[in-house]
Amino acid sequence: MTLEELVKLLKLEVISGGDQLDREIAAGYVSDLLSDVMGNAPEGAVWVTLQTHENVVAVAILRSLAAVLLIGGRRLQPDVAKKAEEEKVVFLSTERSAFEVVGRMHDAGIRGDAE
Amino acid sequence: MNLSHHSADLHIHSCLSPCGELEMSPLRIAERAKDVGLDLIAICDHNSAENAEAVLEACSKRNLSVIAGMEITTSEEIHIVGLFPDVSAALAVQEVVYENLPGKNDEDVFGIQVVANGDDEVEGFNSRLLIGATALSLQEVIDLIHKKGGLAIAAHIDRASFSLISQLGFIPEGLELDGVEVASTADYGDFVDQGTKQWAVLTSSDAHRLEEIGSKRTTIYAAEPTFNEVGLALRGAEGRRVEIERV
Repeated sequence: MTLEELVKLLKLEVISGGDQLDREIAAGYVSDLLSDVMGNAPEGAVWVTLQTHENVVAVAILRSLAAVLLIGGRRLQPDVAKKAEEEKVVFLSTERSAFEVVGRMHDAGIRGDAE
Repeated sequence: MNLSHHSADLHIHSCLSPCGELEMSPLRIAERAKDVGLDLIAICDHNSAENAEAVLEACSKRNLSVIAGMEITTSEEIHIVGLFPDVSAALAVQEVVYENLPGKNDEDVFGIQVVANGDDEVEGFNSRLLIGATALSLQEVIDLIHKKGGLAIAAHIDRASFSLISQLGFIPEGLELDGVEVASTADYGDFVDQGTKQWAVLTSSDAHRLEEIGSKRTTIYAAEPTFNEVGLALRGAEGRRVEIERV
């Protein structure tokens, strides 16, 4: 499944990286501890989180993530959104909770590991 | 300028913190700190400074220096220790923290939050959810502390929870910290190597019980054990420095 297909399926808002949506989703990951994501998120994953600090951009690049999906209607501060756009990191947003959105992603065939 | 060594424990909770033992009353903190040979302490309750004045009072009779502080929880759930030039600065910060701190304390779950006076008498109970996180971001908390003339220290950065490293993975570039606190002195060298070199590294007990006071401490090599001198020592000004004590 591509990011574009996920955006349509779950009616996600695209905050940054709108020209990168043809990327294939390799896996899913959910965590709010960036130290954990740095160590464990699979490459090409969509990372579901509520953290919006600028460090999220760097962690997404470090792990070559497909996208960061913010839950609970969270948005990025303008300076962070600008950096995300510059670094070509896809940020998506949903009004749903992490539990609800992860459940729907799993239903759509996305799994926790990249195999 | 005569510089000398001052033994400091700059992160001590009182009975106001829900997780702080009731025995952490102003007089007993002062007595214990004096007994274990500390020259300087900072009283840092979770998201509140309501016992700072009482601890100052209790310590003034014992020739022990005290800094009014607060351990503030950011919206990212990072603990930041703010040290302040005086109680009024701490209370000014507390006002903003309270405006951004939702919830009521549940004493059965988190413990009681005792406001005391300098004679160890109970003045009242704080009903706010002091253990909770504020709606203030890391940057907002640091700016708030600095605006009131305080020092911002990232608490126990080597812990797996509520630390700058656990929550954000690494220390953001350009963050205007005045120091970083490590909980374990055994391997703090790793954190120095991970880019904390630009900040002074200190350790403190984070005491919640009397016997923990002074169990971890930092030497302030400075003119006197005061807030201003701690600030200068953290910046390494004119021969001043901070050094982790190996207890």
